[in-house]
Parts: sequence; structure tokens; C-alpha cells
Amino acid sequence: MVNLEAARARLASLPDPEIPAVTLVELGIVRDLRETGAGLEVVLTPTYSGCPATELIADDVRAALAEFGPVTVTLQRSPAWTTDWISAEGREKLQRYGIVPPQCSAEQAIRFVPQLRCPRCAGGRTEQLSRFGSTPCKSTWRCIECGEPFEYFKSI
Amino acid sequence: MTYVLQLADTCLIHAQRLGEWCGHAPVIEEDLALTNMALDLIGQARALLTHAGALEGAGRDEDQLAFLREERDYRNVVLVELPNSAASPSDGSGGRDFALTTLRNAAVAIWLELLYEKLLDSTDPELAAIAAKALKEVRYHRQHASDWVVRLGDGTAESQARMQAALAVLWPYVNELFAAPGVDGVGPAWKDVEAEWRARWGTLMQEATLSLPRDSALRTQGHLGVHSEHMGHLLATMQYLQRAYPGGVW
Repeated sequence: MVNLEAARARLASLPDPEIPAVTLVELGIVRDLRETGAGLEVVLTPTYSGCPATELIADDVRAALAEFGPVTVTLQRSPAWTTDWISAEGREKLQRYGIVPPQCSAEQAIRFVPQLRCPRCAGGRTEQLSRFGSTPCKSTWRCIECGEPFEYFKSI
Repeated sequence: MTYVLQLADTCLIHAQRLGEWCGHAPVIEEDLALTNMALDLIGQARALLTHAGALEGAGRDEDQLAFLREERDYRNVVLVELPNSAASPSDGSGGRDFALTTLRNAAVAIWLELLYEKLLDSTDPELAAIAAKALKEVRYHRQHASDWVVRLGDGTAESQARMQAALAVLWPYVNELFAAPGVDGVGPAWKDVEAEWRARWGTLMQEATLSLPRDSALRTQGHLGVHSEHMGHLLATMQYLQRAYPGGVW
């Protein structure tokens, strides 16, 4: 009998490999943890089709849960991951880390370019430099007031 | 399986061309953007190729399909295999023309967006799931590429002339985007998105102050495996590593 509670706690402590300020659970990547006849099964959902971290995340999960017995990682694509699933705590941590969390729901995401506040100086005059950034999930911004670049976790 | 391959290969080869910009884009933000879009498309191609392999049932995985087929077995449209520049690489451009890349990117993104929207209703649940995921991504691609088309088309005399020249090169190849037949319940005939694609493209051209060239009678058949002379060169680059080190994985 696997101690599911302990496994769940262990899983909840795992940071995202690319944005270590938040955990995989806070990002909403972990769909399910369940016990099957063959051990533990973790269901993950990829953030973006081509996100290179997806395989790393699966490896991290397998390694972290190895002490609880055999682990299977299943990738589930549907329903598609959305930034709406990032928890409130996750959003707060992103903000503190210097990445502005999504400011609108996934439905509004495409036409709507939000007015962001600089996560460093809280200045309100900012501009988007590119809709894309250092990872598939982010876009690149600049604060006009303090001159610092920062990133925005775009809604999807 | 052919239907899925036509989509998968178009994503894959388009991504390969976008990826050639890595380290060469006009500004660093655009370098990130082009490679990010390539990454999304490779992700979509991976999912689609894996699915195609499963449908085939012969045990071929995404890598075998991506890297170990012969030219005639690829089903991408010819539009995406054209080089990033119509000019020779030795003219100082390095074989990269941002106008051409941008226009093609917008054309393919609008097309993929329309197809994926229809594929949400596919009776093939895996295909519908891939489409739902990919749709979110190509909407960003379409928005980004369209912004550039407008900025460059309705830009300086130089940028407009270059966009207009690139459009003349690409336009005959657009016909193929509407050529492949559908599969009942699984996926729409490409023709089903033609009217909407042409309407959106027309609006974009108007915004970008570009004029459409005359329609061409050219009917390329990449989706049937008949490719241009560029495809072999592209595959030589793309397949090199897997051919040199068979079975190599990350």
C-alpha cells in the first residue's frame, strides 16, 4: 500500500525546471496522482506542444516518486492546459519572482494586450517588446520608467 | 494516415525553415519569436507524427517518420519547403528574406488556425485533442505574423517593395493549401477553409496596403509527395544527424 498522502506532498514540492519559483502543481501541469495495480500513475499535461521542459518534468516526477514504488507518467493532452489553471499562490510567486502572471482569461488572450505594471519598480508605463520570450509560455516586456526588461506569463 | 501526415509534415517542414533563422533574425526579439513558433510547430508535428505512426500500426515512431522517410513520402505542401529567400544565398542575404518568411508565416498560421478550428469536431479524439492544444498556439503565430505583415507592407517604400516582391513569389504556391481531400468525420477537405482563408487574407493585404498578384494556374502537389527541387536539400540538412547516427536519441 502506497502512502498516497506522502506521495502527493512530495509531488507538490517539485519545482518547475524552467521557472523554479513555482511548483508543477501550482502551474496546473499535474492533473492527477493515482494508485494503479502497477504502482503510481501521474497524469501530466504539457503547457505548449513543443515545450522542451515536458520530458524533463516527466523525468523529475519519476525520480521524485521512485521511493514510493514503480511510477508511470501519462501525458494527457485534452482538455488543453490553460493559464487559468495556475493557482492563486502560483501567481503570487511568479509576481515575486519577476514574471508578471497572466492578467486575463485564456479566452481574451489574443487580441487583448494588457497594461502591465513593472514587477520591479511597480511603474505603470510598460511596453511589450515581443509576444514571445525565453520560454514558449512567456512574452518579453520593458518598463519605460526603470528601464528594466521583464517577462509576462501570457494567457493561453 | 495520409491526412494526418499532410498536416504533420507541413508543420514539420515549416518549422525547419523557421528554425533556419535561429541566430540570424533582424532583432533578437524576432529571433526568439521565430524559434518559439518553430518550437510550437515541431511540438504539433511530433504529436501528429506519433498519431500517424499509431494509425499506420507498423511500429514507426515520430523520429522514424520525421527523419527516415524518403522525399516522396513527405506530404507537406510545397509552400513551406521553399527556401527563406527567392534569391541565391550568395547575394549577401544569406538565403534569408524576412519579408518572404513573414508572409509565409502569416499565410500558414491563418490556414492552420482555420483547419484546427474544424478539427476540434473530429471524430478522431486524438486529432481533436491535438487541434485544441495547437489552436491556442497558432493564434499567437497568426497575430504575430500578421502584425509584421502590416508593419512592413504599410511601412517604408523599401519594405513595401520587398513585401510585394515576396508576395509575388509565394502567391502561386498558396493554391495547394486548399488541395487535399478530407476524410469523412475525421478532418475537413482543405477546400472547406478556402473561402474564409481568402477573406482573411484579403483583409490583411488591405491593411498592409499590398496588392494581390494575379491568381496562378500553378497547382503544386507536395501533399501527394511531389516536391520541388528544394525539398531534397532541406531533408539532407534535417535528416543528417539521424542518418549519420542511426537510432540516436537525446
